[in-house]
Amino acid sequence: MPARVVVLGGGVGGTLAANLLSKELGRQAQVTVVDPTGMHHYQPGYLYVALGQANGRWLVRDERTLLRRDVELVVEEAIRIHADAGTVQLKRGGSLQWDYLVIATGARLVHEQVPGLVEGSHGFYSLEDAQRLREALRRFRGGRVLVGIAGIPYKCPPAPVEFVFMLEEHLRKRGIRERSEVTLLSPLNRAFTIESASKVIQPIMEQRGIGLTTFFNVEEVEPSAGTVSSLEGEKLEYDLLVLVPPHRGQRVVDSHLADASGWLPTDRHTLQVEGHDRIFAMGDATNLPISKSGSTAHFEAPVVASRIASLIRGTNPKTNYGGRVMCFLETGNRQATVLRFDYEHPPAPPQPNLLWHSAKWMFNRLYWETVPKGRMPENMPLPIPTGRSEG
Amino acid sequence: MSTIVKTLDLKGLSCPLPIVKTAQAVKELSSGDLIEALATDPGAVPDFNAWCKSTGNELVEQSDADGVYRFVIKKK
Repeated sequence: MPARVVVLGGGVGGTLAANLLSKELGRQAQVTVVDPTGMHHYQPGYLYVALGQANGRWLVRDERTLLRRDVELVVEEAIRIHADAGTVQLKRGGSLQWDYLVIATGARLVHEQVPGLVEGSHGFYSLEDAQRLREALRRFRGGRVLVGIAGIPYKCPPAPVEFVFMLEEHLRKRGIRERSEVTLLSPLNRAFTIESASKVIQPIMEQRGIGLTTFFNVEEVEPSAGTVSSLEGEKLEYDLLVLVPPHRGQRVVDSHLADASGWLPTDRHTLQVEGHDRIFAMGDATNLPISKSGSTAHFEAPVVASRIASLIRGTNPKTNYGGRVMCFLETGNRQATVLRFDYEHPPAPPQPNLLWHSAKWMFNRLYWETVPKGRMPENMPLPIPTGRSEG
Repeated sequence: MSTIVKTLDLKGLSCPLPIVKTAQAVKELSSGDLIEALATDPGAVPDFNAWCKSTGNELVEQSDADGVYRFVIKKK
C-alpha cells in the first residue's frame, strides 16, 4: 500500500513539495494537496498590480494545472490537524488520513489587529488590496505618502522598500513627483533590517528624495484625522497611507500546533514540526527566524520532499535546510539588487543594476513553467538551485 | 530605587522583533518603570542603544553572559 502524504496549502512550497514527492516516489506514495481555493497566486506580482504595471490575471492560475497528474487536489479548507490520529479534518465534513503531513499553509493577514488600518490605509499584500491601491493611486494628485509596516514578522521583507522606490518612479513619470513627499516608516533605525542591505538602499533613497522615519512601530491609524501614530509616541499626517498589515499563521494551525503568534515551532534543519516526526512545515507557516517568502519555501520544499522520501523508503534522511533565501530587491529606474543568504552567511548585496532587474523580470515570466513544477534547472543563469544537499 | 516591573524573554527572536516587542511593552508602562529584556540576537546591542537614544527612554543597564544580552530600560 502506498504511503499517504497530505500537503496542506497549494502555494509555492506545497505545490513544489507535492510534485517532487510524486516524481521521486511514483507508486510508493499517494500525494494529496489540500487547498481552500484551488487557485495558486504568484504573490510577488501584487506589487506590480498596485503600481499599474501588471494585470491581476497574470498572477493567478488553477492549482490543478501546476500539479503532476498523479497528485490529487482537494479544494477544501482544512480546519484541524489531529497529530496523534494522523488525520486532517475538512470544513465540509470528513477527514483525510496521512502517514506524513506537510504544512505549507502560509500566513494570513490580520488587518483588524491595528485600529483604523482597514479604513485608513492601503496595502499590496493581497490581490484585492493591490487592486484597490491601484485605483487610489490613479486618483492621487500629489501629497504626502507614508509607507510602513504594521506588524512583524511579515512576508517578503524587501517589499515595502521596493514599493517606495517604484512609487517614487511612478509619481515622477506621472509628473506629480514635485507635489509629493514619499516617506518610508521603519521599525528600526535604518531602512531595512539587514544592515548590509540598508547600506546599499539608504544612499539611493537620499538621491531620490525619499524620506526615512526611523523607529516608527505603527500603533494606530486615525482615518478621520489622516494620521498614523507609533508605539514610540510619534504622530504623522498623511494623504495616502500604505501599510503592510500584521500577519499570523493560518487558523488550521493557530491555537493548537502553533506558538502564541500562530507560527509552527519547526526544526531549522530538518523542517520537522517540533515533537512530531511525521509532520513537516515550510514557508511562511514556520517560526524560523528567516524571511517569510516564496524563495524560502522554494528552497525548503526539496528538503522536505527528500526527507519524506527517505523515511518512506526506510533510509536515513540526509538533506538538511541551511537557511538559504534569495530575494530580488527592485530599486526603480529599471534597476534591482539581490539578497542571497543563509543561516551562516549574511547577504552582501551588489549595487543595483539592470542585470538584476532583468533577472527579476525573467523570473516573473518563467515562474509558472519552472518553480512549482520543479523545473528550475541547475544551470540557469539565475542562482536558484533546486534543493542542494546542505547536510 | 525602582524595581523591574516586567521581563521580556526575546531569546531566539531575530531583528527587528526584539525592538518591536520592547516598544510594545514599554508603551504599557508608567514613566520611571524599569523593564528587563533578554535577547540572543547580537544585532540587539546596537539596536537597543539606538532605540533608547531615539525615543528618550534610558538604557540603565546592559550586559551579556553565555550568549544572552540583558538590557534594563527605564521609561521616560
